Amino acid sequence: MTRYLVPAFVLVLAAGLAAQVTSDRLVNASREPQNWLTYSGGYASQRHTPLRQITPSNVKTLEQKWVLQNQVFGAWESSPLVVDGVMYVTQRPNDVLALDAKTGRVFWLYRYTNTGDQQVCCGANNRGVAILGDTLFMGTLDAHLVAIDAKTGKPLWITEVAPSKLAYSITLAPLVVKDKVLVGVGGGEYGIRGFVAAYDARTGKQAWRFYTIPAPGEPGSETWEKDDDWEHGGAPAWITGSYDPALNLTYWGIGNPGPDWNPDQRRGDNLYSDSVVALDADTGALKWHFQFTPNDGYDYDAVQVPVLADMNWRGAPAKLMLWANRNGFFYVLDRVTGRFLSGTPFVKVNWASGLDEKGRPLQTPQPPGSPTWPGNQGGTNWYSPSFSPRTELFYVSAWVEYASIYRKEEAVYEPGRRFNGGGQTPVTPTPDSPGIGIGRRGPINNWTNAAGHGAVLALDPRTGKEKWRFEQYDVTDSGILTTATDLLFTGGREGYFHALDARTGALLWKVSLGGSIVNGPMSYEVDGKQYVTVISGNVLFTFALRE
Amino acid sequence: MTRLATRRTISLLAFAVLGGRLVAQAPQDHPGQYDRADIEAGSRLYVAQCSPCHGVNGDMIAGVDLRRGQFKTVVSDEDLTRLLATGRPAAGMPAFATFQPSEVTGIVAFIRAGFDSAIKVGDPSRGQALVAGKGACGTCHRIGGRGPRLASDLSDIGTIRTPASLQRSLLDPSGSLLPANRTVRAVTKDGRTIRGRRLNEDTYTVQLIDEQERVISLTKADLRSYEIGRDTAMPSYAGSMTPDEVSDVIAYLLSLKGVQP
Repeated sequence: MTRYLVPAFVLVLAAGLAAQVTSDRLVNASREPQNWLTYSGGYASQRHTPLRQITPSNVKTLEQKWVLQNQVFGAWESSPLVVDGVMYVTQRPNDVLALDAKTGRVFWLYRYTNTGDQQVCCGANNRGVAILGDTLFMGTLDAHLVAIDAKTGKPLWITEVAPSKLAYSITLAPLVVKDKVLVGVGGGEYGIRGFVAAYDARTGKQAWRFYTIPAPGEPGSETWEKDDDWEHGGAPAWITGSYDPALNLTYWGIGNPGPDWNPDQRRGDNLYSDSVVALDADTGALKWHFQFTPNDGYDYDAVQVPVLADMNWRGAPAKLMLWANRNGFFYVLDRVTGRFLSGTPFVKVNWASGLDEKGRPLQTPQPPGSPTWPGNQGGTNWYSPSFSPRTELFYVSAWVEYASIYRKEEAVYEPGRRFNGGGQTPVTPTPDSPGIGIGRRGPINNWTNAAGHGAVLALDPRTGKEKWRFEQYDVTDSGILTTATDLLFTGGREGYFHALDARTGALLWKVSLGGSIVNGPMSYEVDGKQYVTVISGNVLFTFALRE
Repeated sequence: MTRLATRRTISLLAFAVLGGRLVAQAPQDHPGQYDRADIEAGSRLYVAQCSPCHGVNGDMIAGVDLRRGQFKTVVSDEDLTRLLATGRPAAGMPAFATFQPSEVTGIVAFIRAGFDSAIKVGDPSRGQALVAGKGACGTCHRIGGRGPRLASDLSDIGTIRTPASLQRSLLDPSGSLLPANRTVRAVTKDGRTIRGRRLNEDTYTVQLIDEQERVISLTKADLRSYEIGRDTAMPSYAGSMTPDEVSDVIAYLLSLKGVQP
């Protein structure tokens, strides 16, 4: 049993510091490393903690402090927030829990009841909440946005963002910028017209909406050659964006065009699918865009967390955006202008022979029935990467040596139904063997490295080259956390939670937690003690150093 | 359980306001349909014979809410009578073939009268004015995102409480305070006193919201003293409001359904 030796007055003192989470606090989140105020730990989305108590030399003495057992089954992708000693975490489908971050004991539970007509491609996922003042914000599976009193768990307003009967959904954690709550919608497999929208945090009224597919006559509409493709062209946004306060730009990764696998049916580049868009945070106006995969036929969503880094580029200080894309290339962009700076494959790629000087891929479609690398799940996917300003390395969970065989067919749009235009299967070395599916179904790894495997890659933005890799036998959907002591925490489908040396990739510590890790680890501090939290299977685990 | 008012004519209204999912036929077709003596007799029999499975509120079996008239198959009083005689063995409900006809009448009356909510439900708009004015409920309670969090949030109280329990809370607040909401008074080892409303508790820790509206988690081993108060700061409105005013407040509270999509 763990003994809590910290005197009660410290608790009271900590509680006394509790104050409203202002937008200034969100901008300056790095000044309060004890807290984790946004999905990725800060507007730059580096998933990097300045905390220094856990180090390479003492990490071996990490021990479990508390766990939270979930009552809901299925992938638990939520990333918790911690605000002044209180943790807020979501669980499937749309529950919010407020817990004492030190003991895991629960203050309240809010349970949102979905309308019942929601449809999602990939499970009843929710990835977390956002906070402003003392209000939490959660998107729901039936595409509503809910404001919740952080003290009591009572809903304050509920706004319909989009009709769930047309298969719009929200699975991402919202992003608060100033007085607005920003969300994007899922539904790229159902012929939606994607968008990113901002809502007034106080009233729930929509402030702006940026459609990720331009309507006829708008700039970019010429990239949809047929008249009606744009209406059902997909381009969802289901991973939380980033924000640069100095530029007042918010960046969002946009998903695949629809139908997913039949690019012939929607000729043209299909903007702004598979792109990053930079939007004015006050108006939603498009400042610039960069498209990674024009006229995509491989489901290469650009639904990755935009990582913002300030570092030298070719000898001068630069505001960069680092992006390991599902299409297998690692990009460096100028986040002020959107200019392409470099792009290098980080896994095997054969759908393109390379990128031109503007970053546009030179596409090399494979013959029907032949493998395409990377496969449908991509070289990486939505899994949170990390950037350490200390090592200046970019860390990403990758699927290595993994390919799919794609087929395309004509799809007909019907409201609320799948709009896929073909299919794909992972390549396995044994012809006609049983399919292995995408998700892991149990404790046995039927994926095996014959079909591909996972790895943490440490990429150097300056060269695009791999500095080191940490290989895993099974594939991994885990996010990555780095620390100011050059530790790297990550998991994977095998259920191990690893601590690596962020400079070398050496394994320093591991613990077997038993269930797939499909969320991003995070870290916080209460009463002078640093904690690391990760979710494995149906359980949220919190670790700290042995006392 | 204390019954404080008995105006049988309003029980149908009570159900309408309760907002339970009513089946095609309302629990009580018209006010006063069931005899008071039958309802009272049925109440005693229900507690002894039915509540072990159905619960005192009639909602412990999935898909069935007896008080709100939600059944799996029953539509009419005759259906209910038949069901009591035969049971539904496959679903785990035994036959109550030994019930006397008068007892069956009583059970049916009690269930169909919605567990006898013989509580007067007045006018919600007058009730709203009383809550804001004379009642000064907003001094401690929060409704719809406004007001303090010192006492429980009433935003959705109409979906979780019955007219009878609301009436009890208004007239005898300390006696009807939910144990989970009781007041915590803790003194830390260095002499600080913390008061608040309990949110959660286990063997080693307690979670509360204090008078400054901070959520706090305390480890009991760190405390010098720890007490759970049985009294509440809420005044009784038995003397300060007329019965009609109380019924208006009940009507307003029943109308509070929380934020809906």
